[in-house]
Amino acid sequence: MLSTYFGDPEARTLAGWRARGGYEALEKALAMDPAEIQTLVKDSGLRGRGGAGFPTGIKWSFMKPDGKVHYLCCNADESEPGTFKDREIMRWTPHGLVEGVALGAHAIYAETAYIYIRGEFTEPIARVQAAVEEAYAAGILGANAMGTGRRLDVHVHRGAGAYICGEETALMNSLEGRRGNPRIKPPFPAVAGLFGKPTTINNVETLTTVPYIVKHGAAWYNAFGRADNPKSRGTKLFSVCGNIARPGNYEVELGFPFGEFLNELCGGALPGREIKAVIPGGSSVPILTREEANAAVMDYEGMVAAGTMLGSGGVIVFDDRQDMVKQIARLARFYAHESCAQCSQCREGTAWTTRILERIAAGDGHARDFDTLLSIGENMSGKTICVLSDSCATPVASGLKKFRHEFEAKLGPDRSRGVVPALPILGKTAAA
Amino acid sequence: MTYGPNAGSLVRPPADHHEEAHTPVFVGERREQLDVILSRYPTKMAALLPALWMVQDARGWVSEGAMEEVAAVLDLTPAYVKGVTSFYTMYHQHPVGKHFIQVCTTTPCNVCGAEDVVQAFLDATGCGELGLTSPDGRFTVIEVECLGACGFATPVMINDEFIESVTPELARRIVTERD
Repeated sequence: MLSTYFGDPEARTLAGWRARGGYEALEKALAMDPAEIQTLVKDSGLRGRGGAGFPTGIKWSFMKPDGKVHYLCCNADESEPGTFKDREIMRWTPHGLVEGVALGAHAIYAETAYIYIRGEFTEPIARVQAAVEEAYAAGILGANAMGTGRRLDVHVHRGAGAYICGEETALMNSLEGRRGNPRIKPPFPAVAGLFGKPTTINNVETLTTVPYIVKHGAAWYNAFGRADNPKSRGTKLFSVCGNIARPGNYEVELGFPFGEFLNELCGGALPGREIKAVIPGGSSVPILTREEANAAVMDYEGMVAAGTMLGSGGVIVFDDRQDMVKQIARLARFYAHESCAQCSQCREGTAWTTRILERIAAGDGHARDFDTLLSIGENMSGKTICVLSDSCATPVASGLKKFRHEFEAKLGPDRSRGVVPALPILGKTAAA
Repeated sequence: MTYGPNAGSLVRPPADHHEEAHTPVFVGERREQLDVILSRYPTKMAALLPALWMVQDARGWVSEGAMEEVAAVLDLTPAYVKGVTSFYTMYHQHPVGKHFIQVCTTTPCNVCGAEDVVQAFLDATGCGELGLTSPDGRFTVIEVECLGACGFATPVMINDEFIESVTPELARRIVTERD
């Protein structure tokens, strides 16, 4: 479905997209009542593909014809380590996204939609921008969208380097020309979002999927997925990276066995190596051991049963060469660098977690550091405006639990005093 | 060794850095371009990120003089503009090398050998250290957090150019091919 035209350069142009059935769904949708589209998407079982998995139709149904200005934001700030599916959608099927965004805007009674693309994605930005311009020139967008007499505007907005702007309220702040600090909820975006107006934020993959549902029907989409799980329907893109034979993007039916996915579709470990650990849903979810991964099922509930989350579908594979302490420390550094520093639990917690982990990785750790890390993690979870802080604590806690032997093997000599990491503070260095 | 979140990703100003008098960016064609951008949003402030991009595209970096101009054009204060500029990692607040090289070293690339790619760039460019500009002013190398192309490790950005699957060998070749 989503990946059919990956690698097909002709699908990038308006003519090519139309020849592949493009914009038929938008035309059909513009003749439908928005409430009818909301019900259709609800019936399809589609859930948000950005990570949280909130049912899309229900999210849309929060938007009523109240006479207010509404906005749709497409979240294309894909920055979760391990995730690179939206990038492929935008590179290969930019019109698919533009169609989905225009359709989504109509479905939530909005005239204007913004596609917020992370600043580093120079090629996707150029592709989507070109598609938007083609769509305007062809009268698909603009004052008289597809001859319906209704206005439909889609604008591309370039980010400037901040992971946190993938958090929906931070994205809205960033779009408004502010620092990308997440907002306190409530009010929720559906009540007061972008520019204070009712707003819906959807991921690239979610919006690109909707035209297929409009075209083929809710029942058709709902038929994908394992028979015994009514909560996870449809197909999903999974990005696979790290130490794996065939990295890349794979579209599979939800409910696919994770073991078969890793070992057959993705070709398993690199020659002569063994898979040691897998992060299945982007760096913010708990780490799985090889055994746990092989037994897991690729849908929202299957991953929860395996003790982790489906998240964004970014699969990171570690083989037996990797030092888990070093890699978990590197993940923590990512979160510390990307913390917006608004909440002290996150600003301090991510930074101290990183310092302690990097010190352990350098062979200068003490057993009491483990408790310190877990205690910091506890104080970082559920206590901040957004979940970046929790996202840092999660892989650390699961790594410490599942690969404790690797942490223990790195401990340095015991010391009578508490171990203080060497910190360059205002030019001075605290004694270790 | 330096522990901490910003190790490797901080760009340091060149030793002889001084700010020259600012000449306006938003004149002629660029002013018209900005007006088109302004028409897309209900507030002037929303054009701030696009305006800063226009400055950086024109001048290579965003000086305090440029921030003042942006503030005047968008009815904001210079302090506010600086606050926003400094939040985002892609805006340069002082001059950088002609080829600004960002190497992704976050976990997925790290397990595929990204640190060797960084070292190859540092050696080949003569930068020596992350965040420093090479003595000839041609290169600056920094580590960047997840470029979102994890399946094509190691992705590297050189200015606006995105290069996938960079190995240490390719890194050395890339450097020799740049002017």
